[in-house]
Amino acid sequence: MNERLLAEATVFILAVFVGIEVISKVPTTLHTPLMSATNAIHGIVLVGAILIAGTQDNPLGPVIGVILVILASLNVFGGYTVTERMLEMFKPHANAPKKTEP
Amino acid sequence: MDATQAVNPVEYVYLMAGVLFIMGLRYLSSPKTARLGNRISALGMLGAVVGVLTQGIVAWWVIVSGIAIGAVIGVSAARSVKMTAMPQMVAIFNGCGGGAAALVATGELLKQVNAGETLTIDQSLTTVLSAVIGSISFSGSIIAYLKLQEVMPGRPIVYVGQQVVNGLILLTILAAGGYVVSGHELITALYVALGGAFALGIFFTLPIGGADMPVIISLLNSFTGLAAALTGFVLGNNVLIISGALVGASGTLLTVLMSRAMNRSLANVLFGAFGSVHASSAAAKSTGGNVRSVSADDVAVMLAYANQVIVVPGYGMAVSQAQHAVRELEETLEKRGVTVKYAIHPVAGRMPGHMNVLLAEANVPYEALYDMDDINGEFERTDVALVIGANDVTNPAARTDKSSPIYGMPILNVDKAANIVVLKRSMNAGFAGIDNPLYEDPKTVMLFGDAKKSIEGVNTAVKAL
Repeated sequence: MNERLLAEATVFILAVFVGIEVISKVPTTLHTPLMSATNAIHGIVLVGAILIAGTQDNPLGPVIGVILVILASLNVFGGYTVTERMLEMFKPHANAPKKTEP
Repeated sequence: MDATQAVNPVEYVYLMAGVLFIMGLRYLSSPKTARLGNRISALGMLGAVVGVLTQGIVAWWVIVSGIAIGAVIGVSAARSVKMTAMPQMVAIFNGCGGGAAALVATGELLKQVNAGETLTIDQSLTTVLSAVIGSISFSGSIIAYLKLQEVMPGRPIVYVGQQVVNGLILLTILAAGGYVVSGHELITALYVALGGAFALGIFFTLPIGGADMPVIISLLNSFTGLAAALTGFVLGNNVLIISGALVGASGTLLTVLMSRAMNRSLANVLFGAFGSVHASSAAAKSTGGNVRSVSADDVAVMLAYANQVIVVPGYGMAVSQAQHAVRELEETLEKRGVTVKYAIHPVAGRMPGHMNVLLAEANVPYEALYDMDDINGEFERTDVALVIGANDVTNPAARTDKSSPIYGMPILNVDKAANIVVLKRSMNAGFAGIDNPLYEDPKTVMLFGDAKKSIEGVNTAVKAL
């Protein structure tokens, strides 16, 4: 194992522990938004996609390059939008004045 | 790294993005702050993407057109999707991420090979793993999507020699991947591994039945996270590693939670093809002989004069889109002084927390939704348990019948309530094809028909009382 890999593995392992710590505090009622939010976060692969598809010597060629960026941005934009839509529905107060909805 | 060497400023941006992702997830620990959390996380994403655009990008049309197309499709799909279809939406976005990770890894390997560079074992190992896991996640998510969308049958698809076929595919992937890792920068071998992984994703998702979907969706989520993290190793990019690790941890945690809620091991979920074995025998037994069928008016009387009613929603509520009708019934009952609570089983529906989102959509306050452990003691003090399209999670055989396939699975103690009303489309056995003795309990009455229409009928009848 070289120095770079060791540094990266350190970051990875610590991030896993942080992830477990943070996520185990999410209440079950928010598990679907949690999935969707983490789903959006792995859209970060868009950064990788841009690094591959945007460079001079894009090894995948322009067509697959565009497909790659589309896939990753679908993940990002779709993921955040859907999470936002879900979360705006979660409302507190059982005895709050009822909305005048049909 | 040389200490005197200047750090590329974009690294600071990446670090900030990683911090914002973690903070965003932290805010998800309460429904009050969750929206803020999502926006903080989106801000991190925006920063990271703007940051990477400063890194010697020349093929602007590829990037701009790709992002524009992805954004338009992604946002419009996310805006228009029905809440009941949320599991398949999450599945397909997840697949996109997995596919992207696989392509990034492939691209990086191609780049190195084209440049005539020799990869170290670390590099080739992480590259191959990232490509393979991303590819499994891609095809697996597509199959999960097709099953949830009911383009494909939701029941487990099994055939003779399934495990053998999967084993052979896995061996092929290992051989081809191992060949690349052992120092042969042979692109064909990587393609074989990629193709094998694609096939494996399909074949291992096919035998997963609808009720096991919460497990498989969580698992595929963690796969994509892992693939993204590995891509970070490949590209030497910390923000990818951090985010991927966060998602991988979250997906794994949920997978474990879901398996535990069914009292089954992950291996059993993946390879058990649950339900298929029992379907035939149960179908023959389910004659519906000893059940009492009642009308909406009867149910209305039971509910209207109760002190406490617990609603137990299941996938059937999602299928018939009954959540708004349920909420209206709840309001009618509350006006009459009836206490209404909701009991949510961890694996009710098709993804973790599925019922909570549906009921939130119908304006049910989240305080009224109770987890299994918090509500199970309440059933004894409850006059009516109203079971809407839930089956296996209420099956008392899980407590008593050692021969039942779901024996040991924690269930909602619906049978402890004074009266039980079960809304069901017909007397067919539940997804798992297991008889539910609850239906033959003398305290139980059945209201057959579409859940939404039934609830609306009951609501009208309660108002007329």
